[in-house]
Amino acid sequence: MSERALRIVLPVVVLALVLLTWHATVRIFAIPPYVLPGPGLVLSTLIADGGLLLHSLWVTLVTTFEGFVLAGVGGIGLAILFNQSRLIEYSFYPYAVILQVTPIVAVAPLLLIYLPQPLAVLACAWIVAFFPVLANTTLGLQSVDHNLIALFDLYKASRWQVLLNLKLPSALPQMLAGLRIAGGLSLIGAVVAEIAAGSAGAGSGLAYRIAESGYRLNIPRMFAALLLLSLAGVAIFFALSFVNYLCLRRWHESTVRRES
Amino acid sequence: MIPAGAPIVSLRGVGKTFESGTVALDGLSLSVGEGEFVSLLGPSGCGKSTALRIVAGLSAPSAGAVEWPGEVQPGHIGFVFQEPTLMPWADVAANVRLPLRLAHAEEASARAAAERALARVGLADFGGAFPRELSGGMKMRASIARALATEPRLLLMDEPFAALDEITRFRLNNDLLALWHALRRTVIFVTHSVFESVYLSQRIVVMTPRPGRVSAEIGIPAPYPRDENFRTSPEYAGYCRTVSAALSQAMAGAP
Repeated sequence: MSERALRIVLPVVVLALVLLTWHATVRIFAIPPYVLPGPGLVLSTLIADGGLLLHSLWVTLVTTFEGFVLAGVGGIGLAILFNQSRLIEYSFYPYAVILQVTPIVAVAPLLLIYLPQPLAVLACAWIVAFFPVLANTTLGLQSVDHNLIALFDLYKASRWQVLLNLKLPSALPQMLAGLRIAGGLSLIGAVVAEIAAGSAGAGSGLAYRIAESGYRLNIPRMFAALLLLSLAGVAIFFALSFVNYLCLRRWHESTVRRES
Repeated sequence: MIPAGAPIVSLRGVGKTFESGTVALDGLSLSVGEGEFVSLLGPSGCGKSTALRIVAGLSAPSAGAVEWPGEVQPGHIGFVFQEPTLMPWADVAANVRLPLRLAHAEEASARAAAERALARVGLADFGGAFPRELSGGMKMRASIARALATEPRLLLMDEPFAALDEITRFRLNNDLLALWHALRRTVIFVTHSVFESVYLSQRIVVMTPRPGRVSAEIGIPAPYPRDENFRTSPEYAGYCRTVSAALSQAMAGAP
């Protein structure tokens, strides 16, 4: 079998085996659904509660998307600012790091006190997601080929021309790598904030559904919501990988297949 | 031999000391005439690249001065680096257009100039290719086309063919001479190859290492056009022997 086919077939086989074992375990040991629902029940719950869950998914995805866009704009914007002025970089970079290393689960309850809930959720998504964009873009802007910088100097390029025609295109691969990480992280940020808000009682995102279903011992719905979240994460990853490929396919080594 | 015209650029007692304390150049004096092909020859670390960067204005001398006695302005030069130094995200035509774009030239005239420059180096059909799709020699041709795009009177080349294989290097040597002959530009060519410098130049400036200064100047009065016959002639071998001896002498005092 070809390498390509194996990469598709093998994970599918593993999935089938896991589902089969899961199903058999639930059946053989007669586990009640409020302890562990079988895969069939999860699927039928997903269909039965489809409307409600899809609405919640939409709410979470909108937050994730807004967080992601803000993280992209903020991360790239800050990186450019830091790159233009050493003073600004030295003044603020440590705080960007502190913002990143403080666990978001611990910050979320505080944000929920001071900000209206939708804004607090968005802030969480942003805090988690912006740092990889900032760190990667900063690295990219600093890694410009020295000879190309000399060339731009030779032709008396302005600061603006150097940024626009040299530094930003040169940093694009790292920038896209940062954005790819940020996509997944903004989903995590949104979920963490929704869970934290869930105990406060308001909200309608998918993570809130999970918390709510937990209180009601509606375990099948928890699994169904989790499955949707997982699929959303996978979809975000593939979408961003595709964007990455579209932007770099003509020139960057990472997108070129090696011939052996 | 093409007679050299009035000096286009002169270095007067140029010295360069780096922040680390390394003395790269000390009292380097050199004058290059309009239309001349001059090579700076020396071992690595003799400051020949530093001298070229000072002429280009990319680096400021710590002592001495660079004078431009003629009508050529200090900024109006082309520079070819050791590596092709092309922007990998832009196609070849856009790379060649870059100097004109940075000077805010009109788009249509920039395109025409880039096409002309590409045709001159034999890359007329490769404007749409990306650098990674080209061979090492073709990348270097694109780099030369970019340096020619602004039609500079002075072309500075910093060991441009050092990383290429011998066959490609010989072809590019011939093409460079043809370009020089057709365009009548002044060329300052940095190399560590005795054979390359003799083949190309009217005059070879041999430099001493640490600190870099002029050790000998040797004229190569062989007529142009030079071709493979010249490369295999006893005359060529004789010049190479003379230059090699001068280089050994320059190295004698070095560690």
